[in-house]
Amino acid sequence: MISYSVEKEYQGMLDAYEKAGGDRSALLSKDVAKLVIHENKVLSANGVTGITIETKETETGVNIYFLVEEGVKIQRPVHLCFGVLPQEGLQEIILKVNAQDNSEVSVIAHCIFPNAVKVIHKMDAEIEIGNNAKFNYKETHYHGDFGGIEVIPKARIKVGKGGVWQSTFTLSQGLVGKLDYDFEVFCQEKGIAELIVKVYGKGHDDIKVWERIHLNGVGARGLAKSRLVLGDKARAEVKGETYGNAPYARGHVDCIELVNGKEAVARAIPIVEVTNEKAKVTHEAAIGSIDRRQIETLMARGLDENEAVDVIVRGILR
Amino acid sequence: MLKVENLRLILNGKSIINDLSLHVNNGEIHGILGENGTGKTTLAYLIMGVNNYKPTAGRITFEGKDIADLSVSQRAKKGISLAWQEPARIEGLTVRDYLKLSGNNFGIEQVKHCLRMVGLEPAQYLDRDIDNTLSGGERKRIELASLLAMHLKLAILDEPDSGIDIIALPLILNGIVEMSKQGSSVLLITHNEKVAEIAHRVSVLCAGKILKTGEPAEMSLWFKDNCRSCPHINEPVEEVEKL
Repeated sequence: MISYSVEKEYQGMLDAYEKAGGDRSALLSKDVAKLVIHENKVLSANGVTGITIETKETETGVNIYFLVEEGVKIQRPVHLCFGVLPQEGLQEIILKVNAQDNSEVSVIAHCIFPNAVKVIHKMDAEIEIGNNAKFNYKETHYHGDFGGIEVIPKARIKVGKGGVWQSTFTLSQGLVGKLDYDFEVFCQEKGIAELIVKVYGKGHDDIKVWERIHLNGVGARGLAKSRLVLGDKARAEVKGETYGNAPYARGHVDCIELVNGKEAVARAIPIVEVTNEKAKVTHEAAIGSIDRRQIETLMARGLDENEAVDVIVRGILR
Repeated sequence: MLKVENLRLILNGKSIINDLSLHVNNGEIHGILGENGTGKTTLAYLIMGVNNYKPTAGRITFEGKDIADLSVSQRAKKGISLAWQEPARIEGLTVRDYLKLSGNNFGIEQVKHCLRMVGLEPAQYLDRDIDNTLSGGERKRIELASLLAMHLKLAILDEPDSGIDIIALPLILNGIVEMSKQGSSVLLITHNEKVAEIAHRVSVLCAGKILKTGEPAEMSLWFKDNCRSCPHINEPVEEVEKL
């Protein structure tokens, strides 16, 4: 195993973060809440007024407590950066989030594993979104080309009355390796949940996505959306579940998996269930090759076939 | 510019295009007027080379060269493109990027200009995706704008008026005329004789065959009198030839 000094680790993380599309200056700014974790070491942690970030290093990762105080509206996004730079490693993140009533925050997380040959990254999150609070969470992964990584993000999210949870998980750079994504949201009255997953599988990637939304309060709304593109021998299974358990609850499951490899395999399992006569949940799933009409439309604009496919793939994962 | 000679297409044993001949001059708007199912879209697909359509017999030449073996992109690079009757929706591709790639990395001002030419306000459309959040009419106008951006030698417009409301229709027609003024030839496919009247010449199509070619007003009248209530739609060619 390669050993890194803390300073080297921090610079390495900043470099990789920037390469992955992150804003380096945001991680250096004192006005921005941030947290940088390499393996089980906290390299940088900074709260701002209204946000508390507490961390505790463990043998295999870091326990994080993230608090957004009642009524606080954070103007600039909070930046989180998790990663393992060596070829081998284990990172277990235990995350507890409490966004109190009427708070608002956006969080941008970059997860960086550019050299992974045998790396496991786990996140286990318990998230509470208060009444009328808004929490937007974007997690983008940057993986290398070795495919030796296992990513296991799991989250249980409770959304209070009128609260909003929006999350987007994107893994389209490098090989996925093995992904086991599992997010489950419980919405109270007029709560809103939006789960979006975008993944580009290649090589021998093995992808499992499980999105569950429980619309338990009157007028709660939910969207479980997934966009996957599979090339080479990648395999994916997407389970999108939405349960309408209260009057006027409205939910939708929307899954598209494009298969762009002769040996790629895609599977979608949408489950929609309604236990209240005034609730309504719908689903749509499209799995298969890239639409010929789309390709020819772009070819008729002068792109060759590979360029056209690339534009379509980038679009769907945007 | 475009010459189609004795073109035939037989699909699953059925003759779709029957010995069709046609030529389109430089800068000309040439209307193809025909009822539904007469082979208009098939003709467009054969010229553009989409849908895996290849002529069973006959020749399609563009600027004197046979294009039948060229790919769709090669034809586009020669200056030919097609606006589909129902344009594809592409998630995540913005109007801005679609027009930029159509215009071979157009600048933003040129993109805006093309949108205005089809009556769309750039501020409202540039950042929208060309997906199913656009209405059919909006998508078709963007399709026309993308062809304007290409500065084509030949634009094939398949039913550009279908699904367009009466307020937007004049804007679409204006865009087509503008295209011709820019120097593009236009193959204007329609079943609406009013739309065909903006053409310089019109050919009436039935059962995959050009029946007549002439002045728009004359052809529109002939189409109205003979094709609107014609019992020969999709009838064998011999029946059509008796007309």
